[in-house]
Amino acid sequence: MSKSWLAYAVSFLLLGGAILLGLTVGTVSISPAVLWNPSLDETAANILWNIRMPRVVLAGLVGAALAIAGAAFQGLLRNPLADPYTLGVSSGASVGAVMTLFFGISIPFLGSFTLPVMSMLGALLTMLAVIGFAKMVDRSMKMETVILTGIIFSSFLGSIISLMIALTGEELRQIIGWLLGSVSMRGWPYVQMALPFIVIGSFLLWLNRRELNAMLFGEDRARHLGVDVRRRKMVILIGGSVLTGAAVAVSGTIGFVGLVVPHITRLLWGSDHRHLLPLSFINGAALLIVCDLVSRTIISPTELPIGVITAFIGAPVFAFVFFRQRKGVA
Amino acid sequence: MLKVDHLSGGYGEKNIVNNATFTVNKGKMLGILGPNGSGKSTLMKLMSGILQPASGTVEIDGKELWQYATKELAKKMAVLPQLHAHAFSHTVRETVSLGRYPHQRGWFSSWSTEDEAAVVEAMEMMDISRYEHTAIDHMSGGEQQRVFVAQALAQNASILLLDEPTNHLDINHQKELLDTIKRQAIERDLTIVSIFHDINLASMYCDHLLLLDQGGIAAIGEPHEVVKEKEIREVYGTRVATHPHPELPKPQITLMPGVDRQAVEQKITKEDFSVSSEMVLYRSAAPLKTVSSAVINAGSGWFTTFMNRRVDENYRVSDTVEELTFYIEGKGFKSTDTVAMMTAVDVGQVVLENCEFEGGSIVVAVTAGAGNGTDVSMTHLKERRKKVGTVNTWIFVNGTLAEEAFLQAMMTATEAKTKAFQEEKVIDPFTGTIATGTPTDSLLVAATQQGGNFQYAGPISELGRHIGKTVFKATTEAIRRYRNPAPH
Repeated sequence: MSKSWLAYAVSFLLLGGAILLGLTVGTVSISPAVLWNPSLDETAANILWNIRMPRVVLAGLVGAALAIAGAAFQGLLRNPLADPYTLGVSSGASVGAVMTLFFGISIPFLGSFTLPVMSMLGALLTMLAVIGFAKMVDRSMKMETVILTGIIFSSFLGSIISLMIALTGEELRQIIGWLLGSVSMRGWPYVQMALPFIVIGSFLLWLNRRELNAMLFGEDRARHLGVDVRRRKMVILIGGSVLTGAAVAVSGTIGFVGLVVPHITRLLWGSDHRHLLPLSFINGAALLIVCDLVSRTIISPTELPIGVITAFIGAPVFAFVFFRQRKGVA
Repeated sequence: MLKVDHLSGGYGEKNIVNNATFTVNKGKMLGILGPNGSGKSTLMKLMSGILQPASGTVEIDGKELWQYATKELAKKMAVLPQLHAHAFSHTVRETVSLGRYPHQRGWFSSWSTEDEAAVVEAMEMMDISRYEHTAIDHMSGGEQQRVFVAQALAQNASILLLDEPTNHLDINHQKELLDTIKRQAIERDLTIVSIFHDINLASMYCDHLLLLDQGGIAAIGEPHEVVKEKEIREVYGTRVATHPHPELPKPQITLMPGVDRQAVEQKITKEDFSVSSEMVLYRSAAPLKTVSSAVINAGSGWFTTFMNRRVDENYRVSDTVEELTFYIEGKGFKSTDTVAMMTAVDVGQVVLENCEFEGGSIVVAVTAGAGNGTDVSMTHLKERRKKVGTVNTWIFVNGTLAEEAFLQAMMTATEAKTKAFQEEKVIDPFTGTIATGTPTDSLLVAATQQGGNFQYAGPISELGRHIGKTVFKATTEAIRRYRNPAPH
């Protein structure tokens, strides 16, 4: 009990610190006081509320979504290499987005939101296709089937993306930039767009925290313990896919967060999903906020894609925790 | 109560289990036996609902399996599968706590005091409380097995299905685990079905056994109805011998190696016996199968050293076995490999007889003292004072004897001895009637278990006839020598 209390305290502290840094540090340094007293500096308040705040919130939501989805997929697939992109949903989202950029699609009424909407559509179709195909292959949807189906779909969709990149010619930067991921210049509408999906997806996963615990011992065992495996599995796959689709649609395919945050959290606080899921959520948010901060300040005024930074910061952190844990055990 | 009715099923089109029908009652334990690939695990999966039966039904408390919701079924039936490796690890407590899953409801599923009590009790029963916060992947296979048994017990179900629960366990933990499970079966009136690899364990703990052969039931019933040499040999395709458990009315099996015993070929003759005033000694090149009423290593067994030791008339030791063991070791023999008798008679007067016949031969050695002659039919009449005199008879057979041959050889030899007493007119001094033996006679039958086979050794058989004749002759001679000792 005291250990999980500590886990939440540390995680929230990190998140609070990350948010505070994300809001105040940048090309324009802003005093935290402006946060509760906008009249102190009107320009600063404007930057803070209209540029930094939505950016930090979006980064936090995307990081949280990817991390909790990764934790759930790793648990469900009982595979430490699984991440939110394993199922191929992200590739679907990417195809939607890249297609929009490639063909210069702009749907009336949606305008600049054509891309995230197309992306979500791509994610949704891919999710239905993957689950449908897996079910067709094997009615009980064994996890091996799901993983292989995901690999088939993501490599196929990946080749479509590569094709479009190859045909793009000179102006590659827009597509590559999107693929590497970014949360810059999105504003509140993007937050509003992603938020409901992330809330619903996270809630679906959280409802299945004990089922995920049981499924760590395998599907047969979970069933013997009374878990309605087929239904729960479907709910978890849908929940994780919704989270992944929403995150990719608003920010591109940001790597590493969904793979490594669950691992770090598990190493530090154990693999009980009752805590692993919420803790991954919080830590994923904190990590991506920090990464976004670094990506926009490290060689300012130029911004790096956030996907470059996640692994750049995340890998050493992971290495450190991994090393400490193994040494501690031995 | 668990009822399986004409159950068939397997993977895909092919049925692995065919037409299985049986019932397990409350408080009873059924053991499932069968060679690898006979369908034990498939039957278990059909019974636990992991596999859909192709035909037939599984009923729990009068309701068919599919009629239960998954959670309701988990409240009724707990399953212990075989161990698997896991990618991520829970702690012991987390693992055992999952056993309470079917008892929790609602989104927040609060942890009740009842849940807590069940988990603590299950951990205590499996002796894993002290590992509570250890990650299970840091534990040995045996410890993990106990964790999963605790998980199944915490589930508090009335039916327990176990797939080789003693896997990975040492003999102490095998016994403890089965003791616990058996105790639970009795105290909580559980219905238990368990797959066993070890036929002997299954026979000891189960009320009923089911022997599977290629998916069908080859035998079902109480252990003594199932653990039979013929059945086991046919189903497992291996040579075994069955015999009763030494302490329990449960049959046990012993494997017979396919490679024959590499015994030194030998033929015992009376010239191989060494005789001194201290003892008659025979040392065999290879162990002999022996049945005897000796002081050391009585009963049956395999031994190489045979000793008939002379002790003083006034030999009084509180612990004869200990003293004699010490004596044997002192002579440089191994007490675990020696059958030893004692007598106050002059062993120098031993009578050794060879007897050759069709298919085999025997050697008989007799030391006799008749001073203690007793009419066995009258012994209940009077308290008697002990005098010198006991008859120790050894019969060594060059041949292979069946179990019944050993017992018949002993009967035949005893009758021959009694006849010798009669012929020699040994009188029971207390009753004045003809003695039948002495109160402390010992008998030993040992066989090389090579060469000719002897199923019987009663007077109707070749072997019996020669035992009778030779023992009679040797005993008569021994009594005479006792009366008129020949000089050494």
